[in-house]
Amino acid sequence: MEKIGRRKLLTSSLALAAGGALGAGAFGRPFSFGIGAAWADTGTIKVGILHSLSGTMAISETTLKDVMLMLIEEQNAKGGLLGKKLEAVVVDPASNWPLFAEKAKQLLEVDKVAAVFGCWTSVSRKSVLPVFEHDNGILFYPVQYEGEESSRNVFYTGAAPNQQAIPAVDYLMSEDGGSVKRWVLEGTDYVYPRTTNKILEAYLKSKGVAAEDIVVNYTPFGFSDWQTEVSKIKAFGSAGKKTAVVSTINGDANVPFYKELGNQGIKATEIPVVAFSVGEEELAGLDTKPLVGHLAAWNYFMSVNTPENKAFIAKWHKFIKNDKRTTNDPMEAHYIGFNMWVKAVEKVGTTDTDAVIDAMIGVTVPNLTGGYAAMMPNHHITKPVLIGEIQANGQLNTVWQTTGLVPGDEWSDYLEGSKDLISDWRKPLSCGNFNVKTGKCGGEVATQ
Amino acid sequence: MQLLRKLLPLAFCLLLCGQAWRAASADAIDDAAAGFGSSSYADIEQTVAALAVSGDPAAAPILQALGDGQLMVTDDHHLFIQADDGSFTDARTHQKVATDAAADARPVKVNNKVRRAIAAAMGQLTLLSPDAAQRRAAADSVFHDPNPARLPLLDSAIAKESDSGIKRRLEQARAAILLSDTATSPADRLAAIAVLAERGDQDARALISASMTSSDPAVAAAATTAVKRIDLTLSLWSGAQSVYYGLSLGSVLLLAAIGLAITFGVMGVINMAHGEMVMLGAYTTFVVQDLVRLYAPDLADYSLLPAVPIAFLVSGLVGLVIERSIIRFLYGRPLETLLATFGLSLVLQQAIRTIFGASNREVTNPSWMSGSFDLGGLVLTYNRLWIIVFAFAVFAGILLLLSRTPLGLQMRAVTQNRRMAASMGIRTEWVDSLTFGFGSGIAGIAGVALSQIDNVSPNLGQSYIIDSFMVVVFGGVGNLWGTLVGALSLGVANKILEPVAGAVLGKIVVLVLLVLFIQRRPRGLFPLKGRAVES
Repeated sequence: MEKIGRRKLLTSSLALAAGGALGAGAFGRPFSFGIGAAWADTGTIKVGILHSLSGTMAISETTLKDVMLMLIEEQNAKGGLLGKKLEAVVVDPASNWPLFAEKAKQLLEVDKVAAVFGCWTSVSRKSVLPVFEHDNGILFYPVQYEGEESSRNVFYTGAAPNQQAIPAVDYLMSEDGGSVKRWVLEGTDYVYPRTTNKILEAYLKSKGVAAEDIVVNYTPFGFSDWQTEVSKIKAFGSAGKKTAVVSTINGDANVPFYKELGNQGIKATEIPVVAFSVGEEELAGLDTKPLVGHLAAWNYFMSVNTPENKAFIAKWHKFIKNDKRTTNDPMEAHYIGFNMWVKAVEKVGTTDTDAVIDAMIGVTVPNLTGGYAAMMPNHHITKPVLIGEIQANGQLNTVWQTTGLVPGDEWSDYLEGSKDLISDWRKPLSCGNFNVKTGKCGGEVATQ
Repeated sequence: MQLLRKLLPLAFCLLLCGQAWRAASADAIDDAAAGFGSSSYADIEQTVAALAVSGDPAAAPILQALGDGQLMVTDDHHLFIQADDGSFTDARTHQKVATDAAADARPVKVNNKVRRAIAAAMGQLTLLSPDAAQRRAAADSVFHDPNPARLPLLDSAIAKESDSGIKRRLEQARAAILLSDTATSPADRLAAIAVLAERGDQDARALISASMTSSDPAVAAAATTAVKRIDLTLSLWSGAQSVYYGLSLGSVLLLAAIGLAITFGVMGVINMAHGEMVMLGAYTTFVVQDLVRLYAPDLADYSLLPAVPIAFLVSGLVGLVIERSIIRFLYGRPLETLLATFGLSLVLQQAIRTIFGASNREVTNPSWMSGSFDLGGLVLTYNRLWIIVFAFAVFAGILLLLSRTPLGLQMRAVTQNRRMAASMGIRTEWVDSLTFGFGSGIAGIAGVALSQIDNVSPNLGQSYIIDSFMVVVFGGVGNLWGTLVGALSLGVANKILEPVAGAVLGKIVVLVLLVLFIQRRPRGLFPLKGRAVES
């Protein structure tokens, strides 16, 4: 039996493991399908869906693909758009960031879609951004994110930090939330937690929290051994001041984190954890009994009791043929984004990109929580902010919500270098990073 | 306007008199039922406090049920307690009621603030309870919420207490109250500091450290010494805790790597689909758990036990099929094996994703694997403890099999000298298949354990494959003891570095050290020696 050197073997197997993860998605081929057959020969309007259906992000993004198909089917049943049938073009970027850019290019240049609904992680959005700006496409991005970005070609239907993180911290500081004085900012090590925590740290300090009462901690992606981290939180929390954890822990790392919290006996009444990335979908994989009372901040909960939401859930269960499936916040964001796009297209009577982008601003559609979402000039929308407590049945029960709607603020007021910036895509300003102090527009690429 | 002004006092009187009348005629439970029907958390919180001081014997069970989310209220203000099996009892009479009598009952709304109020109230109500566990919980709840108003009650509880352990907790609670009360005399303060110093944990330290700035020099000095002493013991315990965490992480690494130590270490097959065998084991656990829940709900707590052999069989059979259909054609061609098994791992992942869906599956921790207990200053969680025990049991089992059974003998013979083994009449092909199947089966068993601490998702295996290779190569390929030592030392190194350097940097440091080590000793910690290796 021939043997190769072990050193070589180790390096090659590691390299392959890394390279393989990148190449994993290359097998996926785009496929498109129409819904309903008897349409006149008036052509179709293509809608791109850019969500990972394989790889690590499939867990979250597959649902968004399904909800888009549902919305498109429903619109077609209503008679389509501008008398034409909508056609979904589904591609699989396979949780692979460079592949996101390639698939976006294909959607815009080959399939010539009128709009794209897609992306989950910030890095995938950053990866497709130049493509959308170069090819002048439209992207609807449905996930809460760190802000510090505004592009003419992107509509951000998820929450900006001021629509999720800051109200959540406000709630915990209030008497109802337990008058928290000490903070653990616990996150996964990538751009969204890092930026959000930077904003939160500045915000907490502006509220008079001392530096020694804030601890920021990061763990790698997919972290599963939380024993040390949780016991550190426990020790930090037993210094006599009310302590809370603000969690920007992403994806799969949450389940072992919550299991460890439960096992080490950290109760929500002692050290509450408020999470920005944990929703109904993530809780479905967990035994939530030890977690009752821990919090999540979103702009939508499945448990919200409105006729619109009930109808949406019923439609979803019928479409997915499983009445145990949950709905979540990014699904509502796509619901809002899609309806806004339909309304804007109907308003201008064309799917021409420039016309639709201009028409989008000011479009108002109902959301699922009994209010309205309006597209602001900065391409962010107005949202209510809800704080929910985890229930034993895996649902989130609203315990607090903002009295009005909060408009999304893309450039945080709490960060140096971004507090003087505003974004306004209306003519004649039409700028994503206008500096109100210098009176100058920062330039074409409105990201930092 | 004039009329309104005249009417206003009348309306007020009606309201107040109505209240007074109700308070006079109805009892505490009726008031509570009315309060709990409210949709405002503040009202519910007030109701909890009122119920706690009412002295009604039904108050404690009602508050307990409220804390457990089992208290239901109807629109016409009846309170019911819903048991785990869904049946209802009347909160006042404790009689079972027909389910349709409570048909329109809805759970009383609870948030964290209400939960805190319940804990405080329960602490007060159950201090004199006949149940020792309840008294202990009550003492702890008073300790965490030191309120001077509770002092008289606490004193009477201390006088009556016969259990020395609970008595100590009660005295600690008393000391906590004394220290947080500004009116306490210096002498009492000194005594309280002594009591808490004996407790010696983080909570005690927090309470004592507030007295370090006391105006009384004796108190300040006593507090400072006590805090110093507590800090010393705490840092010793935290060192021990890190080692325990390291052992725990090491045992997880051992479980993940030990199957690979057989397929890669003993057979030399670079099996990139090893992680997927682990994942299959985890999904088997999920399926077994659901079947047990369906057919024998009483035994749900023990569904892990049958899951172990079944996972072994499932992963082992899949491994056998893989060996027979793919790997046996690739012996001696490591790079091709690597590619083929990597492709296979993607196929298996996507297959599981198609069958079970992309989202995580819930594998419940059985009650005997939930929670933790204290050992001195150590917090030991049951699930980690069982996994350590399990990992060592699996390791011992494999050692026994390899050294004491005919199959083990044949395995060793084939790997050490294939041609000689063949000429002794051993069917080397079959031994290869069985060894690979055995290694895969062990990976499946690891999956049962990992389902308890990690996500059961199609990506489960991916997160362990690199670590597994690391452990096997570090320990020395082909040496099971090396795998054991490698796994434990990597685990402990990681956990000792983590509090100092942080999780991200800690991991990087360990990787860098490992690379340096492999540079110096490419064959790992315990290299195999002898001619068979050289060839």
